[in-house]
Amino acid sequence: MDGVFISVEVSGDVASDPAVGAKLEEVCPVSIFKGTDAGVEIVAENLDECVLCGLCQDAAPGKVTVTKLYSGETL
Amino acid sequence: MRFYEYEAREIVKRAGIPVTDYGFTRDAAEAKEIAARIEGPTVIKSQVLSGGRMKAGGVQFADTPEEAQAHAENVLKLEINGQMPRGILVDPKADIDQEFYVGVVWDGTAKKPVIIFSPVGGIDIEQVAEEQPDKVGRRHFSNILPFGDYEAKEVIASTGVTGSDLNKLVPIVTKLAKLFVEKDMTLAEINPLGKLKDGSFVALDAHMDMENEARGRHKKLLADLGVGDEETREAREPTPFELAGEEVDSMDHRGVAGNVTEFDGNLGLVIGAGGGSLTLFDAVRAHGGKPANYCEIGGNPSVKKSCGLAKLVLQKPGVDKIAVMMSIVSNTRVDIVARGVIKACLELGMDPAEKIAIFRIPGAWEDEGFAILDKYGVEYADRSVSLHEAANRAVQKIQGAAA
Repeated sequence: MDGVFISVEVSGDVASDPAVGAKLEEVCPVSIFKGTDAGVEIVAENLDECVLCGLCQDAAPGKVTVTKLYSGETL
Repeated sequence: MRFYEYEAREIVKRAGIPVTDYGFTRDAAEAKEIAARIEGPTVIKSQVLSGGRMKAGGVQFADTPEEAQAHAENVLKLEINGQMPRGILVDPKADIDQEFYVGVVWDGTAKKPVIIFSPVGGIDIEQVAEEQPDKVGRRHFSNILPFGDYEAKEVIASTGVTGSDLNKLVPIVTKLAKLFVEKDMTLAEINPLGKLKDGSFVALDAHMDMENEARGRHKKLLADLGVGDEETREAREPTPFELAGEEVDSMDHRGVAGNVTEFDGNLGLVIGAGGGSLTLFDAVRAHGGKPANYCEIGGNPSVKKSCGLAKLVLQKPGVDKIAVMMSIVSNTRVDIVARGVIKACLELGMDPAEKIAIFRIPGAWEDEGFAILDKYGVEYADRSVSLHEAANRAVQKIQGAAA
C-alpha cells in the first residue's frame, strides 16, 4: 500500500497470520499495522509516519517490504 | 500571565511589603461591609485586566459605606475595554504625602532584570522618564546572585531621595526585587507607592506579570489566589488562527508544532529549535521580510503535526510562501518535517517548489530529508548556510515574487 512518501507491503502468507499481525502491531512505533483475527491490516493514514526503523522487518524477516517512494530505495 | 490588581496586592503583601487594608469582593453588599470596616473614605476599583479604568469610570470614590455600595453596584456592571470586572477592590482612601514609583522588569537586551525607581509616582513612568529624566533611576541586577540592599539603595539615592525616606524605601525595593526573581515575574510594579502623612510607605496599586512557562513552579501561589489552570491571562484573546494552532499541537503527543502567534505579513513561517524560532523571526524582519506568523516546531513532531501546522500557515489569507527553517537539530528528524510540509502543499493542491521559499533544517536524517526535497524541487540549505542567510533568501524570494 502506498502513502505519499512510503510504501509498505506485507507478503500474502504473513498478511493472513494473526500472530504475526499482532507482532507487527506491537513493534511498529507509528501504528502502521493493525492486527486482526484475519491477520494484519495496513493503516493507510499512518504510512507516511514510517520512521524507517526496520522493526517490522525484524518481526517478520523477509515478509515486509518498505519502499521510499521519493527515491525508489527498498529496505 | 497577568494578575488582577487584587491578586498582585496579595503577592506584594506576602512578600512583606506594606499594603492598605483593602478588601476584594464580587458583591456590592459586601463592599458596604468592607467600607464600614475601613471606617473612612474608600476607593472602589474595578478588577479588569485592562488599563484606562479611571477614564472608563471603573474607579469611584466614596465617603460612606452606603456610597461605596452604590458605586460597587455600578462598577460591577461596567464593561471596560470589552471586559466585565472579575470583582471590585475596596481600598481605604489613603492620606498621601507623596507618590513614588518602583518597578522591576526583565530587560531582554541586557538579559537581566532592571529596577526602575522614581520619586514621581502615580502616573506612567514613561511620562516621568520623558519629562523628568533625572527623577528616574535604573539599575540592572543579577537574577542568579543574591540581591543586596546596597543595590536598592543605589538606585533610590540616584534620584535624590535621602534620609529617612531612603532608609524606609530600601527594604521595600529589595523585597520587590526578590519577589520578581523568586516568583518568575516579567513585571513587578508598585505604582503608586504612597508615602503617608505619618511617614510610612504603603503599596497603593500593583501590577504583576508572571512568566507563563513558570506557572508550574508556582502552583501553590496560583491555587491560593484562585487562578485556574484554564485561565491563560494573555495580553489579548487568541485569534481563531492561533486557536487552530493549538489544535494542531494537541493533535498527538509527539513533539511540538504550535505556539502560533498571528501577524499580518505575507511570509508564513514554520520555524523552531532551541530558540531558533525567535532568532529566525527577527532575522526575517531584519532582512525586510513581513512574517505572517510566529510558531515553534521541534522535539520531533509527527508528519501529521508538521503537515497540520504547514497547512494552517499556507491557508492563512495573505500568505504567499512559507519558509521552513530551524537551527541544527538533533532531536527532530529533518525527513519527517520535510514530509510534513510537502504533504501540506500537496493536500492543498499547491506546488511545494513554488510555495516553500526555502527549507533550511540541517541535522538528524538530513540526507533523507534532502532526498525528499530534491524529489519535489524544493530549495533547501544545509548547515553551511546561516539562519540569517536562509532568512534573507526567503525574503528575497518572496519580494521577487511580489515584484
